[in-house]
Amino acid sequence: MVARTEEIRVENLRKVFPSRDLNKPDVVALDHVDAKIMPGEFVSLIGPSGCGKTTWLRLISGLEVPTDGAIYVGDKKITAPGRERGLVFQDPNLFPWLTVQENIAFGLKIKGKLTQEDHENIAELITLVGLTGFEKSYPYQLSGGMAHRAAIARALVNNPEVLLFDEPFGALDAFTRMKLQNDVLRIWHERKTTMILVTHDVEEAIFLGQRVFAMTPRPARVKKIINIKLDYPRKRDDQTFIALKEEVLSVLDFHNI
Amino acid sequence: MIGVVLLVHNLVPNSVTNFEKPQPYFNILLIIVFILSLLLAIANTITKKIKVFQYNSPRIGVAFALIGIYDLATAKFGWINTLFFPNPDKIFGALVNNSALLVKCLGYSVWLLIIGWVIGGILGVITGVLIGWSTNWHYWLDPFVKFLGPIPPTVLIPIALSAFPTSFAASAFLLALSMWFPVTILTNSGVASVRIDYLEVADTMGASTIQKIFKVALPASLPSIFVGLFNGICASFITLMVAEMLGVKYGLGWYINWQREIMGYANVYAGLIVLAIAFSLIITILFRIRDHFLKWQEGLIKW
Repeated sequence: MVARTEEIRVENLRKVFPSRDLNKPDVVALDHVDAKIMPGEFVSLIGPSGCGKTTWLRLISGLEVPTDGAIYVGDKKITAPGRERGLVFQDPNLFPWLTVQENIAFGLKIKGKLTQEDHENIAELITLVGLTGFEKSYPYQLSGGMAHRAAIARALVNNPEVLLFDEPFGALDAFTRMKLQNDVLRIWHERKTTMILVTHDVEEAIFLGQRVFAMTPRPARVKKIINIKLDYPRKRDDQTFIALKEEVLSVLDFHNI
Repeated sequence: MIGVVLLVHNLVPNSVTNFEKPQPYFNILLIIVFILSLLLAIANTITKKIKVFQYNSPRIGVAFALIGIYDLATAKFGWINTLFFPNPDKIFGALVNNSALLVKCLGYSVWLLIIGWVIGGILGVITGVLIGWSTNWHYWLDPFVKFLGPIPPTVLIPIALSAFPTSFAASAFLLALSMWFPVTILTNSGVASVRIDYLEVADTMGASTIQKIFKVALPASLPSIFVGLFNGICASFITLMVAEMLGVKYGLGWYINWQREIMGYANVYAGLIVLAIAFSLIITILFRIRDHFLKWQEGLIKW
């Protein structure tokens, strides 16, 4: 796998959602957000719920358009969704009418007829996310964890520069979540994809990210960037790990709750 | 358990066959059913594995018992007016003697239905997608659908018969209309309520609008579209029968009405039996098709 070369620059980003109710002010989700994410980096975005971190992610994916400022991947300004930026949603959102294999193939199929190489690519992805044997299953036959794996494989099929995760494992039980976190790390090591993870789980943010962006409440800004200089695989009961957890919590003003 | 079932099943047709018959067909039917069930019963006691037989024999037995009672009430004791309620013997006789004409009429009706469904179904899906997907199309087409749709196509029969050159074209138009309205409404509702997340997934994969319609919105709406097809087919049955009874010069509805006018009630019932079997079969086929296309859906209603 070729190393990623495109860095992501976020410049003076601002996003305002106009209020539907004339008596209420517009919602400023993001304001003056600046950031630089290196190629192949794993970054976690953490902040209080409703702070606008998901909006930030959707802006990077191109599903939302910024009110002000811009995001660049390499030197290309993001204006619309694109294949080079994969998004893993909070819910797996697999298409229920397609099998696991067809769901994963979706991104390739809309480009044209599947080639032999595409089929190999799909088979490889199914192995990568550990869904061998479930290729022909329909989403309703999958467990929550398996559905998430399929969703990750589907987002990877276009071989994106960046993979965006929007609180992907929030609804899963603790064991499945830890297993999927390890899977994501393994995929990251194998594919060297730039990863941006939005989460409200401090442990998850530190376990996965090389840097943790702690956000302020709405309008979201980057309050502090915490470098996580632990080697992978990380141990959750490590002294430094626990200390970092304390630090992130105190940055987020949660230390006295 | 099986023994009791067999007893009920075998005794009833048996007792009915004991009566003498002026026409052979009903008797032949009963003898065939009797021999068949006897053979199956023997096979079943040996292997104990004919599930279909075990499951169905009680209700088949009861069905023949009811026919037997009807036979008693008409042919044997004459409890009810045999002019309007001919005995099973006459009905089956009519069924066999008129089979050629009945098949012709059935073929004509089914051919009309198919033309109506194809035209109405395709136009319905197109209209439904347009108003469900695009606000512009919705603005212009929605009043049209809401104004024309609820009119029962049967009231348009007089207009259609005079507006179209042939009664065949008029019927096809009315059937297409019967199909079009429910399919439009339910396709629209399916397309309009596609989860926005699915469309966003397609967006992040780089799908175009056309691809989002054909690869996401339409498959997601299929369950709803099938409800529309089901409603449309049922509505088209009604429209077809009324149209054939009122003015179209062929088909099963016309046959039934014609026989009623000449007091051929045995033939009326024969027509009804053919009708019931054909329409039930059509709905069964529809559900089979649906089961194939919606095999990804959990908990389908069985037919």
